[in-house]
Amino acid sequence: MNTFPISIRPFGLHAILIEWPNMVESAILDDILQFTEYLKTKMGQQQWEFVPAYNSLTLIKRGDTIDFDKYTIELQEIYREKKTFPKKEKFLWRLPVCYDPEFGIDLAEVADRLQIKVPELIAMHTGNTYIVYGIGFLPGFMYLGGLTAALEIPRRATPRLKVAKGSVGLAGRQTGIYPQESPGGWNIIGNCSVPIFDATKDRPCFVSVGDRIQFYAISRAEYELHKIEGEVGIYQVEKIKWDA
Amino acid sequence: MLKVLKSGFFTSVQDRGRLAYRDSGVPISGVMDDHTVRQINRLLENNEKAAVLEVTMTGPTLLFEETTHIVLGGAKMSATLNNLPIDNHKIYRVAEGDILSYGKLEKGFRAYLAVKDGFKSETVLASTSMYLPITSKNHLEDGDVVGYDAHTTFEPKITEYKTEDLLDETVLEVHQGPEYQLLVDKQLEKIFSRDFTIAKENNRMAYQLQEAIPGHAHSMLTSATLPGTVQLTPTGKLIILMKDGQTTGGYPRILQLSDKAIAILAQKKFGDGISFKKV
Repeated sequence: MNTFPISIRPFGLHAILIEWPNMVESAILDDILQFTEYLKTKMGQQQWEFVPAYNSLTLIKRGDTIDFDKYTIELQEIYREKKTFPKKEKFLWRLPVCYDPEFGIDLAEVADRLQIKVPELIAMHTGNTYIVYGIGFLPGFMYLGGLTAALEIPRRATPRLKVAKGSVGLAGRQTGIYPQESPGGWNIIGNCSVPIFDATKDRPCFVSVGDRIQFYAISRAEYELHKIEGEVGIYQVEKIKWDA
Repeated sequence: MLKVLKSGFFTSVQDRGRLAYRDSGVPISGVMDDHTVRQINRLLENNEKAAVLEVTMTGPTLLFEETTHIVLGGAKMSATLNNLPIDNHKIYRVAEGDILSYGKLEKGFRAYLAVKDGFKSETVLASTSMYLPITSKNHLEDGDVVGYDAHTTFEPKITEYKTEDLLDETVLEVHQGPEYQLLVDKQLEKIFSRDFTIAKENNRMAYQLQEAIPGHAHSMLTSATLPGTVQLTPTGKLIILMKDGQTTGGYPRILQLSDKAIAILAQKKFGDGISFKKV
């Protein structure tokens, strides 16, 4: 593993922000996640929360304020000795998306603006694996990196007041899934039949930062079937252990 | 049970919030004015995690169906128990059939109702704090019921106390945020020399301020945000995230409010003035 220059700064009195070089880079993300796993065992999850995203890791302490000077030195030391960190287990999740025009309300327009045919667009969108660089904004919303430049399209000039739960969208160099109904300005090209976030589960979001996502196209009939399987709780998301 | 006869403008059940799910993007939620709620729960000798009702701007009308003790705190809303005026920070015994109602908002924005041993309601991800879509609703509606245990023998050690009131405070103590260094003199000068007005866009997620400061063209990678984080948008708008605020964001985090400043801000409404002071 590489060792990156990291900076450690206070973030208010209850949090510490650790930053890696300002780049979207899977090697940086891997380093952050490995460090996070180690800190979780070393510092404990009773007192601390760990929020990794892109090039940063935020440690949030419950209740008390932080003796910042003490932790800065400790964290630097721990990071320097990091060769012993265990590797974090990662998964590739294959998520079904129905690109039926009923769900992909902007699909035809997006294809038109990108000057490609709809099947090509779907092939490109499903042809890549995406890295989960962060989870935030809404419960279960994944920041996905790795969209091909050919699918880059600006967000819609006027955001919609309501975008359906599960909508799969494109905006700039990003693709993503709306985990719940919400307002939004992304171009909607399909709908994912698997709920990414389920508050009734102990682990409400099955995806973790650092995991990979791949979409695959399903028909309208398969979509309906998955929905029913999901409702009765027998749908299994396809996951593959990922050793990068 | 507590029966909600009239729900008021925005009344919700809140506790200390969800403190273990930010890596799944779940906001912590919980009471906006933690300062007040700690005090009123302490008066009732409650666990600090005991859930209270958070009442916003216009209060509800509530019917108690069991005997217990209550304490009000936070905003002053001319509350009455069976039509007799009652005060904040004072323990009252309520009996079956008693009705608590609220009148005019006199000062502050959010009032709290604490009950002996806390309110019991839908618990999701280890918290009763209402937040959509984690809980099935984000505020109480007419006819809803909220649980609590009957207490007939509770004898409080103290029955009231005079307390430090934050309702008149307008100065928010802030620490440097992670992107504070991006600020230039003309922005710093504006932030720390002028008064700001609370914009219409203020709720449990965030408070926006009406006055803008000079904007910026910095872009940054999405990173964690906290309640009390002050974000600066490219057009120079200041957005202060609160308890239901998103867990990550892409705007520079220029300042971070102290816990006390969050409690002060939680009592501000549209048109109120605040200023920032660096500690």
